[in-house]
Amino acid sequence: MRKSSLFLSFISISLALFLLMFIHASLRKKAEMRSLIQKYETVKQLRLTDLCLFTEASYTRHLSQADLHTAFKDHPASLEHFPSGSLLAPPPMIKRMNENID
Amino acid sequence: MKTSTERQKNIIDFALSSLLRRKGKNAGLLFIYTLIVFALASVVFFTHAIKEEASIILKGAPEMTVQKTVAGRHDLIPINYIDRIQKIRGVISVKGRLWGYYYDPIVGANYTLVVPETPDPGIGNIIIGEGISRTRLAFEGDSIEFRTYDGKIIDLKIKKILSPESEIISSDLLMISEADFRRLFGTRENYAVDLTLKVRNPRELSTIARKISEILPDTRVILRDEILRTYDSVFNWRGGILIIILAGALLSFVIFAWDKASGPSLDERREIGILKAIGWETSDIILMKFWEGMAISLTSFCSGIIFAYIHIFFTDAFLFEPVLKGWSVLYPHFKLVPFMDASQISTLFFLSVVPYTVATIIPSWRAATVDPDSVMR
Repeated sequence: MRKSSLFLSFISISLALFLLMFIHASLRKKAEMRSLIQKYETVKQLRLTDLCLFTEASYTRHLSQADLHTAFKDHPASLEHFPSGSLLAPPPMIKRMNENID
Repeated sequence: MKTSTERQKNIIDFALSSLLRRKGKNAGLLFIYTLIVFALASVVFFTHAIKEEASIILKGAPEMTVQKTVAGRHDLIPINYIDRIQKIRGVISVKGRLWGYYYDPIVGANYTLVVPETPDPGIGNIIIGEGISRTRLAFEGDSIEFRTYDGKIIDLKIKKILSPESEIISSDLLMISEADFRRLFGTRENYAVDLTLKVRNPRELSTIARKISEILPDTRVILRDEILRTYDSVFNWRGGILIIILAGALLSFVIFAWDKASGPSLDERREIGILKAIGWETSDIILMKFWEGMAISLTSFCSGIIFAYIHIFFTDAFLFEPVLKGWSVLYPHFKLVPFMDASQISTLFFLSVVPYTVATIIPSWRAATVDPDSVMR
């Protein structure tokens, strides 16, 4: 078999796999929609505010409820030391200005 | 048409043979390139899936949460604040919420305790998330010991375990009755942890929030939009490790581009010279170099994307798990829903394939326009 035919076959198979990827994603999304709605209902019913992504520290568990002191609350002058802290940006409302002070 | 296709195929044959003559170098290039695309695509797929899922699930979060702050810290809120907020026009209902954390020294994990309105677990009972059950090896009908605020031990019986499908919101959740919650933490009857509001018209949210901060200056208001924005920026490109991955990928591309843009090697230049001497046109040489670049970049791009998809949606991002897990004892197991769109793939394509191909063609074009005699010398 010619090298060009091999290469073009590989690209064609890859493109077919891309297509399958989108089909798989769309089918999974449809199949999971009920579960997503159930989760939405649970959040509504329990009045939850956050996803359970990082459980290592109480202040990374509820990101939207964090205040300016949370990173330092475990120990005096304790700097942020949990690995999830290196993945997260602070919640936008922490940086919200209520009033200009000058 | 047939001759044109045949010509292209001949050039591809030649380009691939040329790449195979420098097997070691090109195999290394292919491997690194695939790895970069894989890392970038995995990050893009993972963050997009989390953000999309959060945006759907957290639409159910309270429209507004009111917390009391004392000296800049979150504090318990008196129940009588409910009446004062209730009087604001546009507020439909205000309810107190009881929730908190309990550190279990046996497994070294933090649980999130919530007091639900429904289903009420009943006094002496609890409903727990799958993550707690897995970590604590506690199942329906078992009892878990809790140490109250005044050092007493209470036993609470597991009435139900929440479905593993909902782990992304409930892995560490422990539902407890109000009486048990107050007994455990010593929270007085006339206090709640925070308040949640329902309003008649969502467009009035900011006005109501402003009125609350005027009437109750010792409170802070968190809007649902702010919660959604928190998760929209949770894996922001500027955040810690992500910028390291992105910077690594970017620097690798700079090295590739630099290597290519600094001109073809002596062997490659000689090859170009010989091809020109035997009658190849400059356009043929550029075409050959284009296919060389495409062979490397398209192969890496396709493989990287497919591996990344398998990694995130079939193996539950097992390579990211150690990073995400951090020091957690109780780590939620969740399957992400693939939220894919063409823009993710096209962004990755323009970030990876296009710069490499351009960086391959331009120096070759320069070399191909030089007199073959001088190149071969």
